[in-house]
Amino acid sequence: MEPLSKNISRRNFIKLSGMTGAALTLGLHLPAQGKEAEIVKPLAADLPSLELNAWISIDTTGKVTITNHRAEMGQGSYQAVPQIIAEELEVDLNHVNIVFGVGNNKKYGSQVTGGSSTVRGSYKNLLRLSASAREMLIEAAAKKWHVNQSECYAENGQVIHKPTGKKLGYGELVEAASKLEPPKNITLKNPRDYKILRKPLPRQDNPQKVNGAAIFGLDFKLTGMMYAVVERSPRFAGKVKSFDDTETKKVPGVKYVLKVNRDVFNNMLEGVAVVADNLWAAMQGRKALKVEWDDTAFPHYSTEQLFEKMRETAKGEIISYRTKGNFSATFEKAEKKIEAFYETPYESHSCMEPLNCTAHVTDETCEIWGPIQAPDWIQSNLSAHLKLPMEKVTVHMTFLGGGFGRKAFTDYPYEAAVISKEIKAPVQVVWTREDDMTAGPFRPGMVYHCKAGLNNGRISAFEAKMAGQNMGSQEPGADKKGYNDSVTEGLLEPYFNSFPHHNFGDAPLESPIPVMWWRSVYASTNGFAYESFLDELAIEAGKDPLDFRKQHLWEERYQHLISKLEEVSGWKSKKKNDGYGVAITECFSSIVGEVVKVSKGVNGKVKIDKVWAVMDCGWYVNPDIIKAQVEGSIVMALGAATKHATHFKDGLAVEKNFNSYLMPRINEIPEIEVHIIENEEKAGGVGEPGLPPFTPALTNAIFDLTGKRIRVLPFNLEEV
Amino acid sequence: MAALTLKINNQSHTIEADPKMPLLWAIRDLVGLTGTKYGCGIAQCGACTVHLEGTPVRSCSIPVSAAANKNITTIEGLSNDNSHPVQQAWILEQVPQCGYCQSGQIMAATALLKRIPSPSDKDIDTAMLGHICRCGTYPRIRKAIKTASQLMTQKGSTK
Repeated sequence: MEPLSKNISRRNFIKLSGMTGAALTLGLHLPAQGKEAEIVKPLAADLPSLELNAWISIDTTGKVTITNHRAEMGQGSYQAVPQIIAEELEVDLNHVNIVFGVGNNKKYGSQVTGGSSTVRGSYKNLLRLSASAREMLIEAAAKKWHVNQSECYAENGQVIHKPTGKKLGYGELVEAASKLEPPKNITLKNPRDYKILRKPLPRQDNPQKVNGAAIFGLDFKLTGMMYAVVERSPRFAGKVKSFDDTETKKVPGVKYVLKVNRDVFNNMLEGVAVVADNLWAAMQGRKALKVEWDDTAFPHYSTEQLFEKMRETAKGEIISYRTKGNFSATFEKAEKKIEAFYETPYESHSCMEPLNCTAHVTDETCEIWGPIQAPDWIQSNLSAHLKLPMEKVTVHMTFLGGGFGRKAFTDYPYEAAVISKEIKAPVQVVWTREDDMTAGPFRPGMVYHCKAGLNNGRISAFEAKMAGQNMGSQEPGADKKGYNDSVTEGLLEPYFNSFPHHNFGDAPLESPIPVMWWRSVYASTNGFAYESFLDELAIEAGKDPLDFRKQHLWEERYQHLISKLEEVSGWKSKKKNDGYGVAITECFSSIVGEVVKVSKGVNGKVKIDKVWAVMDCGWYVNPDIIKAQVEGSIVMALGAATKHATHFKDGLAVEKNFNSYLMPRINEIPEIEVHIIENEEKAGGVGEPGLPPFTPALTNAIFDLTGKRIRVLPFNLEEV
Repeated sequence: MAALTLKINNQSHTIEADPKMPLLWAIRDLVGLTGTKYGCGIAQCGACTVHLEGTPVRSCSIPVSAAANKNITTIEGLSNDNSHPVQQAWILEQVPQCGYCQSGQIMAATALLKRIPSPSDKDIDTAMLGHICRCGTYPRIRKAIKTASQLMTQKGSTK
């Protein structure tokens, strides 16, 4: 491909690189969707239309600055992106300076940190980009020394002339290199030669996370900033009928009380904001506020009603999504027919950092700071709502105290912007834990109706119906008749080949409760249903659950994963009083198998002894971050399986804080052993795929130990 | 409103505050030390843990007036260069993910190790039970406490 290269004014050049003096800056240009990114040297003053991903800059001191366009919410993008760049650029990771990119879809492509996509979406471009910069520096050195380029190589921020041992630092070469063209052909390293990639290097963000220095959304402060808390409609879609702020305004420090709204899937949800010069005053003012809500326009569901509806719809007709052969006829003729229902609850994300956002809106500009997973969505959402040009809306990401999908949403920055615009001052809107836990969007509750036929110990027909709210059709006027293409999320892809007759589809539920992605999205609930059901089928077929899976998954990649799982967990040598359970799921292009071992403690209660996880995420960056993500995913799954759920009563969320929405604690965490498969498959996600297999592996292990089948979550481990 | 003196990390701060304001907000918003975090406001999650006269307390549930003139230590007071053995152990074991709860976790671990220099798993459970980590860093917290204990012993023996 012909790389672009143009001239640039000094001013623009400095602006792009973010540094002073001469520098080598290389960026990626994303031309049109679907096309490969081009490596671009931003030297074009006359190219105002060319938007660059200014990912790498090397200045005359040899300092490397890169832009991390994705959010850091614990999953390690802050480490992964530099680790990729340092490898091909041949620099010490400690000399790489990282700045967060601001929201800019045109510049970076999608920045939504969701779908475990940071590495798998960008690694090839990042490798090419950094290798290009390295080659240009080598070329500059060769020219300076009047030697052949092939006699030179780069190492540790220097170019070295092999025959003579002459060395030049990158800083001394950037000026000359910036006048060269990016190379047309780039050969990337063989993973066997990696020096930085695949190494368990410590995270760059951790030093500031052990001394209080890391700035999260709630820690961000602006001069003259006000604080706001909002009394939001407790029944989601309620409207403010009236409010009485007489007592609120008597609280010292309270400055304004105003009606506000926020955009939740284009539904304007209402609230009343109390703005004060300090947060505590705003909170006290809110306590004194009296709001009357109009809740008459929508149903006030309880959990029982919601699940009763889902159980009914799951029995009825479904909108088919993926079908093959003739399920019904094959099922009728099957030697053995098996049918089961599974239920998973509504869940709150409950990030440790409650939602918050700081906004400063003037007549001409809007600036946003906060724990944000989707800066580019917020930029376009606010640009449209505030009627400001895109370039006048700047969205800054702070560190996120957890995200898990909730902070990929645009409602909380929207609300902050509305308040700032109204009071004509910068404002930080703080959600209390209760606000955060009761307002949603939640992970939707689900009911699954699974049916399968067995012939000769093999699955001949398989059907899964998913009943629950559809995340994709919550806007007013959305097409509710379309299928939810998430019904197969989490299921291993080869099953579609090995189940000769199958039918997957959904039966959507209408409800005013807002729902949204929750770590691993539908796979987090699908995985429980499908992997529990497969276990039931293995038992019915009289097969060992691992062998049964092996029999249906003949592809080498899956066979390899199963063998590894069998080997590390000691599956075949389990003792008489041990219960073993397995589950394997696939989402975001990664396959994860987990084995859980349970036994009975001295008190006769079931305890989890150990969890083994085998992760196949293809090409990867940092094994320690992968292990940490799988450990964390397992702990999060353990909570949703055995500790917490969000219930509704009369249209209100019942669990409001950690005294009723119970979290797993340190004494409840089993030993977790994580293995990573080495292969050269395409990079898959890391932050989410470890979550779905844990719960079915656990309940399958409990069945193995006790003969008790758990089909409804959450369940109390103490009472099994 | 009342004028109060807070002694945080060996430094005195005079603030004007509602005496009922939780210590957490006084530390964060009036003194400006934001390492101490808000997580639940009802002493359930431990994110706001600071030391009051050496004992770990939930600053979200103590009125600022009750902490006036007493010695308070926050995460910023452990060390400003990550030289405290607990901070070092947290980095060695790569504990933090999002990092939000870790100030509270570290303050609890520091107090535990002061009380019990070589804690058992049971001691760790008891001391850390009040601390939620949504990222699920618990296995590494346990390891890091043991590592910190070793670092402290080594440091002690070289003195």
